Amino acid sequence: MSPSPSPGPAALLRVARGGDRRAVARLITLVERGGDTALEIAGLLPAADDAGHVIGITGAPGAGKSSLTGRLLACLADAGRTPAVLAVDPSSPLTGGAILGDRVRMDGFAAGAFVRSMATRGQQGGLAFAVPATTRLLAHLGFDPVIVETTGVGQVEVDIASAADTTVLVTSPGWGDAVQANKAGLLELADVLVVNKADRPGARDARRDLELMLDLGHISGLEARAGRRPEIVLTVATTGDGVPELLAAADAHRASLAAGDGLVARRRRGRRLELAATLERSLRALVDTAMDTPAGRRVLADVEAGTMSPADACAVLLAGMGPQPPRGA
Amino acid sequence: MAPEADEGTDTRAWREAYRRAPLREVPFETMSGVPLEPVYGGSPLPGRFPYTRGVHASMYRSRLWTMRMFAGFGGAADTNLRFRELLAAGGTGLSTAFDMPTLMGADSDDPRSRGEVGRAGVAVDTLADVEELYAGIDLGSVSTSMTVNGPAPVLFAMYIAAAERSGVARADLSGTIQNDILKEYQAQKEFIFPPRESVRLVTDMIAFTTAQMPRWNPVSISGYHIREAGSTAVQELAFTLANGFAYVEAEIAAGLEVDAFAPRLSFFFNCHNDFFEEICKLRAARRIWARWMRDRYGAADERSLLCRFHTQTAGVSLTAAQPEVNIARVAIQALAAVLGGTQSLHTDAFDEALALPTDRAARIALRTQQVIAHETGVTNVADPLGGSDYVEWLTDELERLAGEVFDHLLELGGGSILEGVYAGIEDGYFVGEIADAAYRFEREVNAGRRIIVGVNAFTEGNDEQVRDTLRIDPEVERCQLARLAAVRSARDGAAVERCLREVGACAADPARNIMPPLIDAVTALATEGEIVATLAAVLGTHVERIVV
Amino acid sequence: MTGAPPRIVLAKLGFDGHDRGLKIVARILRDAGMEVVYLGLRQTPEGVAAVAEQEDADAVGISMHNASHLTLGPAMVEALRALGLATPVVVGGIVPADDAETLRAAGVAAVLGPGASAPEVVAAVRRVAVPDDG
Repeated sequence: MSPSPSPGPAALLRVARGGDRRAVARLITLVERGGDTALEIAGLLPAADDAGHVIGITGAPGAGKSSLTGRLLACLADAGRTPAVLAVDPSSPLTGGAILGDRVRMDGFAAGAFVRSMATRGQQGGLAFAVPATTRLLAHLGFDPVIVETTGVGQVEVDIASAADTTVLVTSPGWGDAVQANKAGLLELADVLVVNKADRPGARDARRDLELMLDLGHISGLEARAGRRPEIVLTVATTGDGVPELLAAADAHRASLAAGDGLVARRRRGRRLELAATLERSLRALVDTAMDTPAGRRVLADVEAGTMSPADACAVLLAGMGPQPPRGA
Repeated sequence: MAPEADEGTDTRAWREAYRRAPLREVPFETMSGVPLEPVYGGSPLPGRFPYTRGVHASMYRSRLWTMRMFAGFGGAADTNLRFRELLAAGGTGLSTAFDMPTLMGADSDDPRSRGEVGRAGVAVDTLADVEELYAGIDLGSVSTSMTVNGPAPVLFAMYIAAAERSGVARADLSGTIQNDILKEYQAQKEFIFPPRESVRLVTDMIAFTTAQMPRWNPVSISGYHIREAGSTAVQELAFTLANGFAYVEAEIAAGLEVDAFAPRLSFFFNCHNDFFEEICKLRAARRIWARWMRDRYGAADERSLLCRFHTQTAGVSLTAAQPEVNIARVAIQALAAVLGGTQSLHTDAFDEALALPTDRAARIALRTQQVIAHETGVTNVADPLGGSDYVEWLTDELERLAGEVFDHLLELGGGSILEGVYAGIEDGYFVGEIADAAYRFEREVNAGRRIIVGVNAFTEGNDEQVRDTLRIDPEVERCQLARLAAVRSARDGAAVERCLREVGACAADPARNIMPPLIDAVTALATEGEIVATLAAVLGTHVERIVV
Repeated sequence: MTGAPPRIVLAKLGFDGHDRGLKIVARILRDAGMEVVYLGLRQTPEGVAAVAEQEDADAVGISMHNASHLTLGPAMVEALRALGLATPVVVGGIVPADDAETLRAAGVAAVLGPGASAPEVVAAVRRVAVPDDG
């Protein structure tokens, strides 16, 4: 690689603000790696920046999220906006490697957009740890909106709902997506519901199913808790039909949040959850460190041999850790 | 398995068919002079339902398989010269390979074509190229095979227009166009339009040839590329036949009688290293096709039941290490194809893992077929392995495993194979299965559980270099660009515009057949790229879902 | 920080549709703990370079099976350099031994000929794709 010394975070941020894509890409790499440099970058950003719009797009595999995101990018470009996308895919729990293949379906439409693939890196079943810090960085750099696209499986939807201002849940007709989403409690998290592949038979049924489930949610008080009945949009990602309406619905959601204290509340909640996640991650690192000391290995051997109870071992190890502020993660 | 009552037990009918078949003028005996029967063992007999043992009663005693070799590279004039040499030497079939831009519907001056013009086949942009490609050849008296899929209707229109301008009526044209778009989404990836729209074009071509070109085979359903993409033999068998059923269902849905078109459907299989599995795969293919065509699709014409196929040895099995060893692989694979009863065979050149084949390597490949045909004696007796407990068991087993795939597709498609294939393309079922199989194989090789000679064992001698490989002169690309520019500047631009508008209007109306306006457009010298872009504007384009 | 996985962009340039090898390489690299941005078929050098920039890739791997590697291999290197990127390029597929030299002279960092084994692929990519420590 280039023999010249890499510029520091502050210099990179300066260049990135000027529109240099290499610097943006580099900053994301640094944020993603965590540690002191990531903290330094976080420190360089304004503390409570409520600008920008983070849109989370999630849904079952095969619902057409990537194609839809691609069409959304084209629509945004037509409107003169410069969006960024974080396309999140899982890392292998065994090797830590990942195959990130979502951007292919966006690239054809992504002229001018910034698209970045991100692996979950050890955040099993959840969203990549670096997503909130990265979306904050991208929003700060003027990308509007910042779209986080991820396959909705397990914990991810919950995470994305806390990392996004607007959560878009994509379903498609004929696959029982709507029913599954309802079972998993996802309808509570969605701000906009999409029935993609609306040119297929069953699209109207899918819409009706969603309406019905929202009605039931209204009766049970779900809508009162979420504050607003999610809009349902029908799209055809292969042709772009309905995509302007989807964008309008997402923008309207952002506007309605900003009109009250919704946006502030959401971002406060997001930061709270981010703190919890950071804390957990740091504690886990601390635990790993403690287990890997001579004392830790001794205790572990005793527990394995059955000569010490896990509860006693835990007390010993905790006492050995002592109070020390975790750095980064 | 126990043959059903009506399956091939009719010995008298077989004997009658054999008696009527013309035989080659060679002694049907062993090298020691022991006379041989045309077939051994009982039912089902060759040429009788369900055709497990072959499509003809006399098999290779009447006619050897066609030794078809693929040709085409550089400009149209180079390939034309090759064709004329081939015909002068007594050949009657021309097999045309196109370059990648042509196969992808792009003109030679498209920026995406850079570096690929005339490389892997001949470059065709306009009717002028096709006329030069077949100049001086009586298209009414040769059989032409065209290997093209995504833009097949456009190239087919050019062929028809070229023939008619040379005075040969379209009804007198004979040949085959590959035109198997479904396997492109599953394996070879030379698709342009979305699956349903592409199948509509295939449907149009089958309807058009059924009505106007009785000697033309409008689709060659190809497992070859599925196997080359890394599938297993079972997947190749099942996916290929499923694609065949899908076309049949599409055609029936379009209102054609099954016996009107089914006799002209043909197949193209791969032949890999596992000798008995390959033979049994080919035997199972014939049996499955016959049963499904009769029982599910109601075909009554015997020709609708026959799974006739071309076979090519497995390019993917060739190694770059010690390339001469590939000659042995190809010979064994070719023997399996013949024992499996193929109608036509292409043998790969031993240097194909290194570069485009040289003349010498292509000649050795052809000679390999000739050794099998004339020296080994395997052509004396139909299906010589039939009746072996192992061969019959493995044939049954492959049929059973393929049946599991059909069941899955029927489930995906709600009782329709066609819809199941669409769903499998859309949700990445086919590419996922193939990628899994390819990776499993690779890991077995890497772990040493599967020995590949010269690759992970017996590597002494691997440092020998084969220097003599074919290279294409970059001048070909420059010449083709000049030709295209000349055609563009000389033609009637307004007529081209008019014809393209008509192509677009026809594409937008599924009730109309695409072929007539395409023939008009190519005659007006619209380029392949212009026509494909016009079609894409109406039909859309396809981007595959990545399944690694 | 150490231990960040190398990020590799994999693509096929041009029209050639043989992606079996590239898919196998993608899995091999994933199983070796790398992050693979898989672009698949029909990419252009300029498009891949733009992706490499956005992804901050540590290497770009392209696979060629249609005898156009001498045109498209150097074009890939040039497209990256035009964006000011020093990202190393690895070319794999059907590349005759003579051409490997030509490609290296044109700035290609490594050439994996036909029949390269999984450990050879991983070793070559690890050698050129060193995530710099920024």
